[in-house]
Amino acid sequence: MTALGTGVAPGSTKPARTRRRPGKKLTFDKVSFFLVFLGVPVVFYLAFVVSPFVQAVYYSLTDWSGFSPEMNFVGISNYRTLLGDGTFMKSVGNSITLVIVLPVVTIVLSLVLASFVTVGGSSHGRIKGLRNSSFYRVISFFPYVVPAIIIGIMWQQIYDPSAGLLNGVLTRLGFQQFSSFPWLGDERTAMVATMFVIVWGFVGFYMVLFVAGIKGIPAELYEAARIDGAGRFRTMTRITIPMIRDNIQTAYIYMGILSLDAFVYMVAMNPGGGPNNSTLVMAQQLFSTAFTQGKFGLACAMGVVLAAITLTFAGLVFVVNWLTGGHEDITE
Amino acid sequence: MTMTETSRNPTGTTDHGGGRAGRGDKVVATTAHTALTIWSLIVILPMLWTVLSSFKTSEEIHSSPFSLPKHWNFQNYVNAWTTAGIGDYFLNSIIVVAGALIVTMTLGSMCAYVLARFPFPGSRIIYYLMLAGLTFPIFLAIVPLFFLLQQMGLLNTLPGLIFTYAAFALPFTVFFLFSFFKALPSTIAEAAAIDGAGEWRTFFQVMLPMARPGLATVLILNFVGLWNQFLLPIALNSDESNYVLTQGMAKFASQAGYSVDFGALFAAVVITVVPVLIVYMIFQRQLQGSVSQGTSK
Repeated sequence: MTALGTGVAPGSTKPARTRRRPGKKLTFDKVSFFLVFLGVPVVFYLAFVVSPFVQAVYYSLTDWSGFSPEMNFVGISNYRTLLGDGTFMKSVGNSITLVIVLPVVTIVLSLVLASFVTVGGSSHGRIKGLRNSSFYRVISFFPYVVPAIIIGIMWQQIYDPSAGLLNGVLTRLGFQQFSSFPWLGDERTAMVATMFVIVWGFVGFYMVLFVAGIKGIPAELYEAARIDGAGRFRTMTRITIPMIRDNIQTAYIYMGILSLDAFVYMVAMNPGGGPNNSTLVMAQQLFSTAFTQGKFGLACAMGVVLAAITLTFAGLVFVVNWLTGGHEDITE
Repeated sequence: MTMTETSRNPTGTTDHGGGRAGRGDKVVATTAHTALTIWSLIVILPMLWTVLSSFKTSEEIHSSPFSLPKHWNFQNYVNAWTTAGIGDYFLNSIIVVAGALIVTMTLGSMCAYVLARFPFPGSRIIYYLMLAGLTFPIFLAIVPLFFLLQQMGLLNTLPGLIFTYAAFALPFTVFFLFSFFKALPSTIAEAAAIDGAGEWRTFFQVMLPMARPGLATVLILNFVGLWNQFLLPIALNSDESNYVLTQGMAKFASQAGYSVDFGALFAAVVITVVPVLIVYMIFQRQLQGSVSQGTSK
């Protein structure tokens, strides 16, 4: 990695020199500047981020157990093991469920709330946002700054069958069948309950993001649409959403990457994988395979699968966005 | 959906007629307020309930989720502080996050500056490497990272956490600041060069102060991200005296499950959230601004 670091730095001085002051000699100032400014961060990044990623791919092809120096190259046998491992495949399924459901739900909900905030005002006169809406924004954004582990712990208590807030509220409302319903302990509800918590934590964040996006849309567009007789719903689908398309795509990818992780939430609410492993995710399997069982080669193979799914997801989002017209300019 | 009614009339001519704001508007506004209020309640009630529970004894917690505590005392808080060692974890978190922020902001701004203002063959490769670092899951790197730190003698140490935190925050930092430095006018840097300022001085005395708003944005976002970091510490730091807040809380929660001191658990949650809440109240405007900026680049 050092070879790459230093290999890059000298190359960097040349164009800069020609661009800025042709013919000027390489001074100590310049050389030291590029060595430090580019060399140090790049070497640091290669050492701590890039090299572990690359090593992981290599380890995934070995039977390395970590603490012994021996390591045999086993080809793709780890991946075969994973394919035949029912628990791991279940965790893959759960992670994929998360990545399908969470981004859609979170983004739709936050888009609806964001559009209420921005265009909920009068349909006459200037395009206005809803009155006193910053209050809602301040509150719903707050969970974003609370550490995820705390959110998980809090909701674990809220879902508590006998003493939790949720069943307390439900029984008060007359749903006696919920008086001791184990939301996180029942296979039918554990996953949904967990997903709700993640959505709860992120809706405010994306709402703020979308509000900023919508406010960046030129007001003339809305006025023109109104003059043309477009209603609120049409304005939303024909102007707002296309105009903040890039924000939505970014949000979709962020939320997807987060859903494929979901580790913290699961550890906090269902450390054992939930009833019948119904909330077990890949990240949990990877973690325990590596750090409790010491099967580092196998764990790295899981990491590669996780990375492959993540990249496939991001790629799909780009392709779908492009195919559905993300490349067209809507102002044409 | 029902709201399209009024606006379907050609109301373009009544642009100033706020007085004629029809029934439809009221319906929309009411729907909007209702929906937003419901969501705000869903967000805030669990938190208020947590605060309420933090004052109750374990028996009171088990008897009813709504009952008020008989005595409003801070015994739970005392227990949480002493038995959970939250004070120490808090300090560790501050050290690690502050250290990582210094490292990542310094290296990130330097790297972004060079990439943005001195394009050279290969600079795109570095840029794409950074992009890859943003997309690849940390989980893929976690095993090799463990052994890397072990070899360096940094496993289970605060400096080890500082470096890994900083390294994984670096791609975002570079990414964001890259577009920021790119947008700064180049004439000023040229003027500085003509006045005889070297590259070092130009960066530290001219460019960096100009980039202050961008730096503040990245700083805030990195702070939130690193303060909440969970995977890196639990994988790379098993020395309990070096626990950061998130992992200390996870441990305390899993222990509380056995010793059933739920009151203290709620108190510990409140203790961790209150400082965040205070900082949030002070900076929420900047924070929301940062989010919308940081993600639109």
